[in-house]
Amino acid sequence: MHPEAAAVERVFREEYGRLIASLVRRFGDIDVAEEAAGEALVAALEKWPSSGVPPNPGGWLTVTAGNRAIDRIRREKQRDAKHQAAFMDHDDTPHEPTGPVEDDRLRLLFTCCHPALDPEARIALTLRLLGGLTVAEIAQAFLVPETTMAQRITRAKKKIAAARVPYRVPAAADLPERLGGVLAVLFLVFNEGYLATGDGDPVRTELTAEAVRLTRILRQLLPDEPEVAGLLGLLVLTDARRAARVRSGQLVPLHEQDRAGWDRSLIAEGHGLVRQCLAVDRPGRYQILAAINAVHTDAPNAGDTDWSQVVALYDQLARLDPSPIVALNRAVAVAELDGPDVALALVDRLPLAGYHAWHAARADLLRRLGRSGEAKQEYDAAVAATQNSAERAYLTRKRDELV
Amino acid sequence: MAHYLLSVHGPVERSEFGDYGSKEEMEAAFAATGAFNDQLRADGYWVFGGGLEPATTATVVDGQGEKPVMTDGPYLETKEAIGGFWVVEAPDLDVALRLAAEGSQACRGKVEVRPFEGLA
Repeated sequence: MHPEAAAVERVFREEYGRLIASLVRRFGDIDVAEEAAGEALVAALEKWPSSGVPPNPGGWLTVTAGNRAIDRIRREKQRDAKHQAAFMDHDDTPHEPTGPVEDDRLRLLFTCCHPALDPEARIALTLRLLGGLTVAEIAQAFLVPETTMAQRITRAKKKIAAARVPYRVPAAADLPERLGGVLAVLFLVFNEGYLATGDGDPVRTELTAEAVRLTRILRQLLPDEPEVAGLLGLLVLTDARRAARVRSGQLVPLHEQDRAGWDRSLIAEGHGLVRQCLAVDRPGRYQILAAINAVHTDAPNAGDTDWSQVVALYDQLARLDPSPIVALNRAVAVAELDGPDVALALVDRLPLAGYHAWHAARADLLRRLGRSGEAKQEYDAAVAATQNSAERAYLTRKRDELV
Repeated sequence: MAHYLLSVHGPVERSEFGDYGSKEEMEAAFAATGAFNDQLRADGYWVFGGGLEPATTATVVDGQGEKPVMTDGPYLETKEAIGGFWVVEAPDLDVALRLAAEGSQACRGKVEVRPFEGLA
């Protein structure tokens, strides 16, 4: 791609969620919003390479897309009486505050995570509309064909329009109930950014930043919900290590990271959130995960990590969520406490063949047990199961270090 | 405002107490459903509603040919069928889902919420 065009595409992706959310609020229709955003991108690709990126690219895109949407609505009004009726509802007034926090993206987030939508479609819609990922990228993240993902997203958007799923933050009485679905989606969006599934950038900071940003807004909206504080704590304590996590295109595991490269202000924020959660004493999945990350970020060196505390927290998490993924992470901590042989026995029992982290954990444990031949095979299996370039580079190095 | 069909689904084979296990259960469900209907009217959501006779009383008519063809029984041979329904007018899906939850609790059946494309 031409470097100028690549720059335009990058700006567009960064602005996409805000652009779509404001267009949806204004026109009350996702298809109109997406089409207008697409036309604004075409206009930017024509104009910006010669005129330069405008000082406020987001504002430029919003105005351009808004004008295109109005043009389209006028055309449809002339052509189609049914559409005319539909567009009578559209709202072009500045939006009114709906509650303690007003944010177009937050409204759209609750729409995307609506319980009447299929759970997989919720994540896909959030990544598409708020994260600005392409359908192809989302399909890759879900390991399904692009046509399948396109159909899933189209079907969900059609349902939102036909059944009138509202664009709003739910009323206070309904919020706690609707929250679980939103938190799950935000966590998945963050994870997709922190360890991207595809073979593009290994870390997608626009996704991690978006997940953190939306979680911060939720935290303002629901200051008394400990799981929101827990998720925010988890995300900032994870994000704090981002700069130290990739070196020369290779993933750096926690115990090898240069802890001087960690973001101290995010760590302080995360520790503060974990302390607030402990004071409330209504533990939940995200709070426990945040506490585990607080233990890790509390240790000046990897060797100082309080592994018994980490294992105790994983025990607590496993009682809430007895999934094999939690058991795998617990086993990795058990290896530090009771040795790799004990951990390997735990890992071998888990039905996670095909999951890259399971193969990577087995490979590491086998390596530490001196079983090089088997470790090599497991590193190969782990490499085959991930497309993330930094993870592949790390796993390949570890494999090649084996004799 | 939009319109939604809230349909109640239950077994085709009914006992002597309809879809209910006993006379008391049936009466309690009827009373709760009556109260729910009154509330729908009072709150302005009510358009139309009612309980249906068993699916075995249905007749399928195909009038596409020269003469209409009648077939005894419901269109779909299934173990479960619509037992009754409401048509409600509501501002959005969240309201329709809340009404469906209340209606489901009242009549003791699962309720499907389906938006109308439009009303004739």
